[in-house]
Amino acid sequence: MSKLKKITQFRLFLPILCLVLVLLVNLITTPDFFAISVRDGMLYGYIIDVINRASELVILAVGMTLMVAASGGTDISVGAVMAVAAAVVCNVLSGGQQSVTEYSNPYILGILAGIAVAAVCGCFNGFLVAKLKIQPMIATLILFTAGRGIAQLITKGQITYVRVDQYKVLGSSIKGLPLPVPFFVAMLVVIVTLLLLKRTAIGLYIESVGINSKASRLVGLKSSKIIFLTYLFGGILAGIAGLVASSRIYSADANNIGLNMELDAILAVALGGNSLGGGKFSLMGSVIGAYTIQALTTTLYAMHVSSDQVPVYKAIVVVIIVSLQSPQLKKWVSKMKLNKKTVSGNEVA
Amino acid sequence: MSTKTTKTKRKIDGNSFLLLITIALFFIMYIAGMIIFREQGFGKVQNFLNLFISNAGLIVIAAGMTVVMITGGIDISVGSVVALTCMLLAWMMENKGIGAIPATLLVLVMGVVFGLVQGFLVAYLNIQPFIVTLAGMFFARGMTAIISTDMISISNETFLSWAKYKIYLPFGGYVNRKGVMIYPYIYPSVVIALVVLVLVFVMLRYTKFGRSIYAVGGNEQSALMMGLNVRRTKLKAYVLSSTLCGLGGFLFCLNTCAGFVEQAKGLEMDAIASAVIGGTLLTGGVGNVFGSLFGVLIKGTIEAFITFQGTLSSWWTRITIAAMLCFFIVLQSIFAAAKSKNKK
Repeated sequence: MSKLKKITQFRLFLPILCLVLVLLVNLITTPDFFAISVRDGMLYGYIIDVINRASELVILAVGMTLMVAASGGTDISVGAVMAVAAAVVCNVLSGGQQSVTEYSNPYILGILAGIAVAAVCGCFNGFLVAKLKIQPMIATLILFTAGRGIAQLITKGQITYVRVDQYKVLGSSIKGLPLPVPFFVAMLVVIVTLLLLKRTAIGLYIESVGINSKASRLVGLKSSKIIFLTYLFGGILAGIAGLVASSRIYSADANNIGLNMELDAILAVALGGNSLGGGKFSLMGSVIGAYTIQALTTTLYAMHVSSDQVPVYKAIVVVIIVSLQSPQLKKWVSKMKLNKKTVSGNEVA
Repeated sequence: MSTKTTKTKRKIDGNSFLLLITIALFFIMYIAGMIIFREQGFGKVQNFLNLFISNAGLIVIAAGMTVVMITGGIDISVGSVVALTCMLLAWMMENKGIGAIPATLLVLVMGVVFGLVQGFLVAYLNIQPFIVTLAGMFFARGMTAIISTDMISISNETFLSWAKYKIYLPFGGYVNRKGVMIYPYIYPSVVIALVVLVLVFVMLRYTKFGRSIYAVGGNEQSALMMGLNVRRTKLKAYVLSSTLCGLGGFLFCLNTCAGFVEQAKGLEMDAIASAVIGGTLLTGGVGNVFGSLFGVLIKGTIEAFITFQGTLSSWWTRITIAAMLCFFIVLQSIFAAAKSKNKK
């Protein structure tokens, strides 16, 4: 009993349980969901698809977790920042033309330009949130509204194609690696972030600023600087996610890259058992949350649900998961149990 | 959230000053438009009324959004609920042969039910409003697709007669080339929108429910101590928002006369932006529906600018609105900073 209790009280228990439950549905509906085949040294299958497709979401969720933890608000501009970064990269590489088969500028320059612009977007958000003390959602609403417009301005309203094999690598696979490249990018981001948080005191600082920014300032932490840094980091990660997304389709589609990704990223943070009010956070929880969302989407596709209708089931599952994690519901349930006990106790007496 | 509301709460005078700036800015923009585009007839009364005609639905929805934002929450499901409302209206009238009046009543009931579910999850299960209404947004958009992935055009005669019924104003007319006096007109949707706006304003200012909304948003703890039923107030706010959304969807549908999946995408952000430009704080406790009205009108004016200019691409609308938003947000924060300095 005590062992069971220990397991259920483990912080990541609920998020992992949710992921497992979503995957288990497939045992009944799509038995070949777990089948993995090997072709040319590459792995194929639904599970691999989940791991592959969730990569951008994982990257965004990592940044979102830190921003939420430090500032107690959500950054709704990450999807738009992805589009801006993709537009910049493709236009630097294509030299402003609509479709190219070879680079006009070196690959590394394009990548750096894209990430730099994303970092500038992060700084802009960070400045508004940390220095001007504006509610994060409202502050990031500015870039959310303008972002896609700016991306279209950069691409002149067209879709810029970069048809170079090297550019496609980030979003596809390399011979010899059994898993797609985006997965490794995501893992790299997660590991680097985890090292930053665990090996230095930054993780602790972020939590303390999120719990009480005034008190943290009084003990000598520069609250606004820490919040600013999380937004800068979030912006850079959004840029990386934009690179991966753009590399998948070897183009910059300002209207569709990262569309609604901010919502999924926030959802991933919430599904990971993190409070959207800031404070204590679990990075792995968010990562698991991101994989849960993608697993759910892929599951629905495997069940032949049309892409327009997927949101309905997503919404139902989200409401169930979030309700289960709600402390209020736990209180009610324990109250009901207590009532039952006292009632049966009275009967015995 | 309650710990932060006390920090950013401002005195009323600063906020009414911001509202004045919003109103002034709208008139400056409009007059500038009249001067720049005087050849194309920007200054016609009809052009001014068109602002209301094309944004009637948004005015109602922004009013509901303002109420939810005053409680310190947010409702991002509104755009999808509008799409669902339009689709339901079109589907019921075209495929099920239900009359226009019962169909309209049914979508309003749908709005109430939608609000009850969202409000229950937010108020009684303490789930973050953003997540609840995000789920609501997914749900409503998906349901729209389940009803029909194709566009359904409305051909119900009663409905179309509502949509096309012109109410001519007795003034502001001009004589056209044939020497006929032409009076400006509005549609019934504008009348409904303005009546709703006034009702919400009166409700917020003079009823117990309205005052408790401000109290809950200002400081939840204090509101609870004062003996207000915080949860029920929140629930009611979400029900009101979704109901107004159903009504706004109906008005929206009177403009488009069709239901399709992609309809009203991003409308929630227009509503939020309008409320913010109008001086509503996301932290709760501060806001005014008339401010939101001017937020909507400013957005409409920017769109009119782009249309009249002709050569600018549509994405400039979004960039201009964002710049506007940025201006107001920074202004608000400067006011807040000045206030807190004065206190010290």
